[in-house]
Amino acid sequence: MGKVYDCIILGGGPAGLAAGLYAGRSHLDTLIIERAQDGGQIAITDELENYPGQIPEGESGKALVARMTEQVKRFGAERCSDVVKSVELSGPIKKIVCAKGEYEAKTVIIATGAHSRPIGCENEGKFIGTGISFCATCDAAFFEDLEVYVVGGGDSAVEEAMYLTKFARKVTVIHRRNELRAVKSIQEKAFKNPKIFFMWDSVVTKVDGEDILQKMWVKNVKTGEETLIEADPEDGLFGLFGFIGYVPNSEIFEGQIEMENGYIPTNPDMHTNIPGVFAAGDIRVKSLRQVVTACADGAIAAMQAEKYISDLE
Amino acid sequence: MLELTKDTFEAEVLQAEGKVLVDFFGDGCVPCEALMPHVHAFAETYGDKLKFTALNTTKARRLAIAQKVLGLPVIAIYENGVVIDSCVKEDATPENVEAMIKRHI
Repeated sequence: MGKVYDCIILGGGPAGLAAGLYAGRSHLDTLIIERAQDGGQIAITDELENYPGQIPEGESGKALVARMTEQVKRFGAERCSDVVKSVELSGPIKKIVCAKGEYEAKTVIIATGAHSRPIGCENEGKFIGTGISFCATCDAAFFEDLEVYVVGGGDSAVEEAMYLTKFARKVTVIHRRNELRAVKSIQEKAFKNPKIFFMWDSVVTKVDGEDILQKMWVKNVKTGEETLIEADPEDGLFGLFGFIGYVPNSEIFEGQIEMENGYIPTNPDMHTNIPGVFAAGDIRVKSLRQVVTACADGAIAAMQAEKYISDLE
Repeated sequence: MLELTKDTFEAEVLQAEGKVLVDFFGDGCVPCEALMPHVHAFAETYGDKLKFTALNTTKARRLAIAQKVLGLPVIAIYENGVVIDSCVKEDATPENVEAMIKRHI
């Protein structure tokens, strides 16, 4: 041990990277801890079109994040690839225990984001990686010329359904309501796409198959009628992609910090209920979870961390 | 790390003597890219005790499906032509992969 960072940022998504950029520019001794790829959710998103200043014709989340990572690097924040196991946030020196080491800091910015919400059907766990996926950019290629189903009706579900049409011969969106929640511009594109079909008022209740996904039961929530969908015998399998929202990555903070349904409430300056601990991005209680709001949160959190440290001195 | 193709998979993995680790990845799979340097580092550390290989599934789609790999990343350990252990998707963290390797050396 020994070294005490000014600021440790948990998570290298847009919120964490923006915080790292601002903290670095303020010459805070900063460490960003990320367990997998920079960008988090957005790194696996095929196309963005609503981040101000991005390439207007549309660009991949991966490309955008690569520039964010590069920009953070210019201003000196240290990076570390590790998984946080536990945290001690209450005292003046915060302790972060990771799989490979322990770190200490005067301030912590929690930007751990969220992960995909499971579809919630019977046998789901058995088929993750063998037919069920939450990452179209990772797994779409397996379903070339096969049939694919997408669960959800929001922006992500419809955008990813369109991405999947580049591979699959037919993409059916299964949505529990009778209209989409996605913004109108995305809906229009989807309705025009000849490969996209819809099953309204429907939820997947059960999946099955021999080692790989071959069957599912879809229930109409209005009539209660259940339909068995089976893979085309020539295909022998189909794909099922879930985009029905997110679950906050906040388990490790339970019992230490105030939470609401797993999300962390902050004041408008990103302060949590613990002095010196800030939250930014999708982990926060907020009304709009987007790259642009995550970046804004990160910037504010970093500036507040700097203020907190200078007030200590 | 031995880069496999759909033509060498059979001989290098399924027919191979002893245990073989296969890193299944794909073009455009960002989590795979993030995991790969860790797997390469494990190959440096444990390469004398375990055979390390990698297969780009984008170029071997049918083979991957036949191996019941339909979601990436997958790090699997084969013995006598069958998978005896694996870390799939969210569970394929560097920590879990290293723990799996240690179970088989």
